[in-house]
Amino acid sequence: MKKMLAAATLALSVGTTGMAFAEPLKIGMITTLSGGGAGLGIDTRDGFMLAIKNAGNKDITVVTEDDAQKPELAVQIADKMIQSDKVDVLTGIVWSNLLMAVAPSAVAQGKFYVSTNAAPAALAGANCNKLYFNAAYQNDNLHEAMGEYANKGYKKMFILAPNYPAGKDSLTGFKRYYKGQLAAEVYTQVGQTDYAAEIAQMRASGADGIFVFLPGGMGIAFMKQFAQSGVKIPVMGPGFSFSQDVLPAIGDAAIGAKASGQWAPDFDNAASKKFLADFQKEYNRLPSIYAVQAYDAAQLIVAAASKASVKNAAAFGAELKKADIQSPRGKFKFNTNQHPIQDIYLTEVVKQNGVITNKTVEKIFADHGDAYAKDCKI
Amino acid sequence: MTLALALEQLLNGLQLGVMLFLMAAGLTLIFGVMGLINLAHGSLYMVGAFACATVAAWTGSFWIGLIASLVAAAAAGAIVELVVIRRLYDRDHLDQVLATFALILMFSEGTRWLFGSFPLYLDIPPLLQGAVALPGGTEYPVYRLAIILAGAIVAFGLYLLISRTRLGMRIRAGESDREMIGALGVDIRTLYTVVFALGAALAGLAGAMVGALQSVQVGMGEPVLILAFVVIVIGGIGSIKGALLGALLVGVTDTMGRFLLPKILALFVAPAQAGMIGGAVASMLIYIVMAVILAVKPRGLFPAAHA
Repeated sequence: MKKMLAAATLALSVGTTGMAFAEPLKIGMITTLSGGGAGLGIDTRDGFMLAIKNAGNKDITVVTEDDAQKPELAVQIADKMIQSDKVDVLTGIVWSNLLMAVAPSAVAQGKFYVSTNAAPAALAGANCNKLYFNAAYQNDNLHEAMGEYANKGYKKMFILAPNYPAGKDSLTGFKRYYKGQLAAEVYTQVGQTDYAAEIAQMRASGADGIFVFLPGGMGIAFMKQFAQSGVKIPVMGPGFSFSQDVLPAIGDAAIGAKASGQWAPDFDNAASKKFLADFQKEYNRLPSIYAVQAYDAAQLIVAAASKASVKNAAAFGAELKKADIQSPRGKFKFNTNQHPIQDIYLTEVVKQNGVITNKTVEKIFADHGDAYAKDCKI
Repeated sequence: MTLALALEQLLNGLQLGVMLFLMAAGLTLIFGVMGLINLAHGSLYMVGAFACATVAAWTGSFWIGLIASLVAAAAAGAIVELVVIRRLYDRDHLDQVLATFALILMFSEGTRWLFGSFPLYLDIPPLLQGAVALPGGTEYPVYRLAIILAGAIVAFGLYLLISRTRLGMRIRAGESDREMIGALGVDIRTLYTVVFALGAALAGLAGAMVGALQSVQVGMGEPVLILAFVVIVIGGIGSIKGALLGALLVGVTDTMGRFLLPKILALFVAPAQAGMIGGAVASMLIYIVMAVILAVKPRGLFPAAHA
């Protein structure tokens, strides 16, 4: 009898090693897995799941659903995940218009939302929330960096973005730092695939530089058409326009384009090398910045959950905010509005051993926060 | 605004119109002859683009890819007609819409299953790379000119096919009285399959040509499908001539709207505001045009004889 008890105790203790959590944790991931934006969502999911897999903890479950880049669908899925799946944390949304439909109501129902990408200005300032964290950036950041970069040597910029919250944040961010003259400021439709009319305007504008924020398939279409147009003005953009999810499809037309990013595959730190190797081993392709951001979001959640129960929102939130992780980006910490403070780099699209990818050129901003944090009172 | 810029924008509008015509021609032909609303037409466009990208990657030749796109889209169209569409001719439009919507989902998920979610690479053939000088000192991409030319050839070919050949005669007969040509001993089932495959091939051709210019990805057909429906509604459902004029009208309106509206608004409000409002109104413009045309001519510009 004694032996049996001892064996049972032993078995139990063996069974519980690696279970540092006070409570099981259920994460609901809503992301875009179908349609034109699916590449972004798949990198988000894969980056996130890589960190979950590395954590090796059986107490974390992740339920994943496809929002098809439709706000109404994202809202339905969020309701279902909160009410019937009983998730504790929501994450994964790529697009700012979808995030605006989901995150405010999720945090109002007492759930954490950790964003892997979308970071609209509306949630970074006065409407920030204790339960809302952003592991990626604030939408304006990468555009601000390009505005700062364009100050060196570009006198007249043509700037273009899709007409949705992140597009507006983009051009606002660019203009916040860019001191030169604007040749034109153009908003295109979300999902637009033909840019002939805009390229013609660029040709006629007399601009000496072009800034485009066109994530996913939009960027592929634009760059291919631009390369054929005979317009010889240098193109730059935030990292999304030349991210690894679109570079293979753009092909050589992207080479030489300058972009801003918080990470590139050539980063020289241990966490980045491990992430790159693990990701390539697991999925057999290069990760995009969406994958890095999601990887860090998952690391943040895992780190917080190992210290505090998610049921205790104050404690869990405090642990999240410590950002006790090894980010492939290098330095990473949270600002007062729970958006990152991080370094932002200039990258250039290059072809290395037949693979088109981004190479780091220089640091544009060190420890860069965002313009809205001062309005956030939490 | 210079003349050169206006000319370039006009060509852009024409090119968009020609591409829409290739889509709309098949759609309107299928509706005219069989009375069928085919929402899956955009999927056939996607099939053409994926076939072209895949075969071009295998063989290294865009031209073989282009032929493959015609064959693949026509084959997909014929198979879909034989297996699914054939059962829908006698049903009402709601059943047709439901069934062909289901086909969209199957095509999209099937393509994702085969090719994955990341866009494929398809480049413009070396022969058509780059830009040529136009009068007025501007340059224009050769490939877009080639699309305009290809569209003109297809439009002329369709005109010859429909007005000068036996098949065309049967198509016209089918449009005006379906029962009668059946009673006259024409094999109506084969005719339907041929028309459907022809429409599919045109969609596939459009997909392949546009794929090289844009991105080859799952779901690429649906935005174009919506525009193609606008085109055939404006042109008059069932009319090829209407499809051509409607397509050019939509193409030029859309391009000029995107180009001119922000400029006009900029005279009244700040440039950033003008860009945002102009962009939003420009995206509505073709629907406004459609509404106006339908208010004046409820059956479109060139209503087909029957209906």
